[in-house]
Amino acid sequence: MKDFGFGIKKSGVIDLDKADFSLFKEIAEEEPSFLHCFYCGTCTATCSAGKYTGFNLRRLQLLVKRGQLEEVARRISECMLCGKCQWACPKGVNTRHIVTLVNKKLHARKIH
Amino acid sequence: MRERFIDAYDPFVIPYMIGYVFVLAYLVVALVTVVKNLPVSDRKKMFRHLFSYKIFITIKDIVADCLLHVKIWKKNRLLGYMHSSIAFGWFMLIVVGHIEIFFFAPHRINLPYYPIFFRYFMMETETTVGGSVFFFLMDFFLLVVLSGIALAMIKRIRRRFFGMRRTTRLKWNDQLGMYALWCIFPLRFLAESFTSHISGGGFLTRGFGMVFDWFNQFMNNDALIRPTWWAYSIALMVFFLTLPWSRFTHILSEALLIYMRNAGIRETSKNNGYAGVEIFSCSRCGLCLDPCQMVSAASLRQMASVEFTRNTRLGQKKKALDAASYCLMCNRCVQACPVGVNSVQLKLNLKGSELKYAYPHRYDYVEAADASSANASVWTSILQEGERTAPVSSESEEKPEVVYFAGCMSHLTPRIEQSMERIFEAAGVRYTFLDKDGGICCGRPSMLSGDRAGSEQLVAKNTEAVLATGAKNLVCSCPICYKIFKDTYKLEGVRVLHHTEYLLQLLESGRITVRKSSLRGVYHDPCELGRHSGIYQQPRDVLYRLLNLHATPYEEKDALCCGHGIASDMPYKKRRMIAKDALQKMTGRPTDVLVTACPSCKRAFAEIGSTRIKDIAEIVCEQLVDPLRTERNGR
Amino acid sequence: MEDVIAIIGGGPAGMEAALSLAGRGHKVYLVEKSDALGGHLARWDRLFPRQDPAQDILDELKAKVAEADDRIEVVSGVRPQSLKRRMRGLELMLSDQRLLQVDAVLVTCGFELFRAERKEEYGYGIYENVLTSADLETRFKEKKVLCSDGKPPRKVAFVHCVGSRDEKVDHTYCSKVCCVTAVKQACEVKELYPEAEVFNLYMDLRMFDRYFEQMYHKAQSHYGVHFVRGRLSEVSETVEGKLQLKTEDTLLGRPMKLTVDMLVLMVGMQACQGTEELAEKLDLKISASDHFLETKDLFLRGNQAHSKGIFLAGACTGPKSLPETLQDARSAAESIHRYLTD
Repeated sequence: MKDFGFGIKKSGVIDLDKADFSLFKEIAEEEPSFLHCFYCGTCTATCSAGKYTGFNLRRLQLLVKRGQLEEVARRISECMLCGKCQWACPKGVNTRHIVTLVNKKLHARKIH
Repeated sequence: MRERFIDAYDPFVIPYMIGYVFVLAYLVVALVTVVKNLPVSDRKKMFRHLFSYKIFITIKDIVADCLLHVKIWKKNRLLGYMHSSIAFGWFMLIVVGHIEIFFFAPHRINLPYYPIFFRYFMMETETTVGGSVFFFLMDFFLLVVLSGIALAMIKRIRRRFFGMRRTTRLKWNDQLGMYALWCIFPLRFLAESFTSHISGGGFLTRGFGMVFDWFNQFMNNDALIRPTWWAYSIALMVFFLTLPWSRFTHILSEALLIYMRNAGIRETSKNNGYAGVEIFSCSRCGLCLDPCQMVSAASLRQMASVEFTRNTRLGQKKKALDAASYCLMCNRCVQACPVGVNSVQLKLNLKGSELKYAYPHRYDYVEAADASSANASVWTSILQEGERTAPVSSESEEKPEVVYFAGCMSHLTPRIEQSMERIFEAAGVRYTFLDKDGGICCGRPSMLSGDRAGSEQLVAKNTEAVLATGAKNLVCSCPICYKIFKDTYKLEGVRVLHHTEYLLQLLESGRITVRKSSLRGVYHDPCELGRHSGIYQQPRDVLYRLLNLHATPYEEKDALCCGHGIASDMPYKKRRMIAKDALQKMTGRPTDVLVTACPSCKRAFAEIGSTRIKDIAEIVCEQLVDPLRTERNGR
Repeated sequence: MEDVIAIIGGGPAGMEAALSLAGRGHKVYLVEKSDALGGHLARWDRLFPRQDPAQDILDELKAKVAEADDRIEVVSGVRPQSLKRRMRGLELMLSDQRLLQVDAVLVTCGFELFRAERKEEYGYGIYENVLTSADLETRFKEKKVLCSDGKPPRKVAFVHCVGSRDEKVDHTYCSKVCCVTAVKQACEVKELYPEAEVFNLYMDLRMFDRYFEQMYHKAQSHYGVHFVRGRLSEVSETVEGKLQLKTEDTLLGRPMKLTVDMLVLMVGMQACQGTEELAEKLDLKISASDHFLETKDLFLRGNQAHSKGIFLAGACTGPKSLPETLQDARSAAESIHRYLTD
């Protein structure tokens, strides 16, 4: 995990000018339903892991789309892959595939 | 019968010999590779099998499956005849050919090409009974092979003739091998016919040879003899040289597969030498295509098992992995495979070996259940919240009789959970609803994605939670959970039951009674409960008591998949196409309700919206004659 | 000779169109499948955006139709059977074997409410205190909104977009009126029970029309209705028989649990079950994306069906509010009049 140094507060601003959109584009290409999400939060609400941890699939997808990969990296391992979110999703997003795809792509980029 | 040539040689044998040596070398290398890639214990099994009496069973199986193709016969007679006529006929040509040499030219038995080109090198001196018996036998088996080849050609042109909607599409390597195979026997027939006025021949070759003799009087004497033998030899060479890259490798590897299987070797969680033999044993017969609903209902031809094995064989890992990731793991193709290739396990193993996560799953956020410690874990708190008992049996021992695990998906089908709770109460069962307030996943979904390490953590957590309840029966509503609880969990002293089994038990023991309705219903076997777990009869025995169950063409092992296999990466639209198609097929006759026993299947079909879909537990609950009420009224 | 028009569907659109056409001197057959005119309007209590009683509007429409009985003939309890094209005009056969010789047909067959039991995870038909927006209107009409135990609810949640914007039930469209209806009903619950806590679970609040935004403002500032941006994932029953909802507060980014006494599902609009059959009989086109009837275009031929002499109006061509439906009916009457007099 990235060390942000001591005592220096990180800015809360999402700097879209410097964000890395390459993962977003790769995921969207391999799993087009990544672009269907309208952020209703059903996946997060129904999530089996969400009861115990801060795992939030809606947020995670959005973080990938905004290129904020550090936070994605912190959370991605918590998913149980039970697939309930996929069954509940009103937009037919292949949520389970997105989780595994993000994890594999991060491995390919060696962000860990 | 005597030899025509002293040196017993002609240059046309060279192409054949090239192919022959090549195949022999390939065989040695392949066998060494297979054995090298086996665990030591499996190698020992292979060696021991050779000297065990079971070797005779293996020989019988090899004859039945590789030569006679009994399993294909059982599935499709015409296809069975096609395969066995070519395989068995060819085999007999080799055997009888060698016997012939043994009789007429025993000193040539060490020349590998001699039996192949026997008719060219020999001439008939006098008519003998022995000679004509061999002529007859050789011609008879040649005719058998030729009839098989003819059928193979027809199959390529009109597969409907074989009752198949689809057959495999061939790439250049398979095509080259196939055309070579098609050429071998007609060329042999021509060569032997043209030579038959010298060598003699049976009803077929001599018969045609006589026609040829008539033509021969108008043209250069015997000009066609050597060119046809050349062509025959070249066809054999091409066939042999393409063998390692074509589907015809199965001719060799299927025998090895049967040997290994009979030696007690099985698929493991990694694709090893045995898996390699399975891959090469796929004959691309195409019998798995029609059952695959990705192919029949969602136009995903490239994802079929037969393409998976082919791409694996050719080292096309990306394509093979795509097919593995789309697969619904319904096991319909495994059911259909005459060779017994467990392609679903092979796919699962591939997913496992290709799984590279940057962040392996970690579930230490779920604390272990430890009732004795002061540490109030998540699990113990769930147990307290969820524990509910039926009033009648409260005087019995403290521990619940049943621990009920509904599963993640059942939380999206609350009618199933509600029905089960009502049934428990009606039967007076003291139970604990383990995941009432949401539990953790059973671990099978991650296992089906090839993530064994993640799955094992979940299994460990759930094992503790189940054992902590002290119940002797674990009842699951979701067949996915059921499968892993039953096969993988080590729950000492706990019986794992799917609710279909449990409901039958309650009915048979008289703890609940039901009345029959006049509804017309069909039952859909969920893949995980049916093909994967073998639970076919129990749900039917329950349903016979509840409604008028009528059969569809898709019962038990032939059941369709709802398209919602949990570990598939298939897009929702494709899944829906499969669900809709399956639902239409099952409800061809007027049906009031389609009954299933899996929350995922239920949702998949309910989303289509055309038919009433119910879980078996709902039907039982609706038709319940409440003994509590009767008893109370009686008092 | 006077022109004759058959109108299929005796809801507000059918009645309003019949009145417009009769006013222009045409003869109208108003064909209604049920026994009474009025359609969904008859079930509703008060109407957004200004709480007008639905009954008043229905009564006025009915009275006018009855008054115009020299020109409007109501044919109730029947459905269209088949349509044939004759040398002059059309021949509409009804299910009671009656033949109508007409010059034009207007289809105003309306909509159906989404069957909430199709979203099993929302518990409709499973838990007694889960209602649809239509059920709630019936209770408003009876002036009694009580839980199954006979007590007034202390906590009520409204779920928007039930059966709308949902690929899983093949309804990918927005039903348009549920957002504002939910705001209206939330305020009405607060009017009845000022002590009750009311929550609206929405994905997007689509307050698109005149006065809607003011309603939303009043719901928050005057009635104190809580708005939570998140979609309900599932409902379960607690030991005390209350309803436990799971959603995400997407603005806070955290999963949320909420226990209520009553849950109201804002069911969307869908094409009527018989639409496909009707389309086949009358040679109409159905949209593949939302299954409603298709007009020739959305601009200058917005009331014309694809075949000659057939017109469409109201919610059979997609979700509409009542004012929109009435306007659409009048515009269809104008289109038919132009077609007949050209």
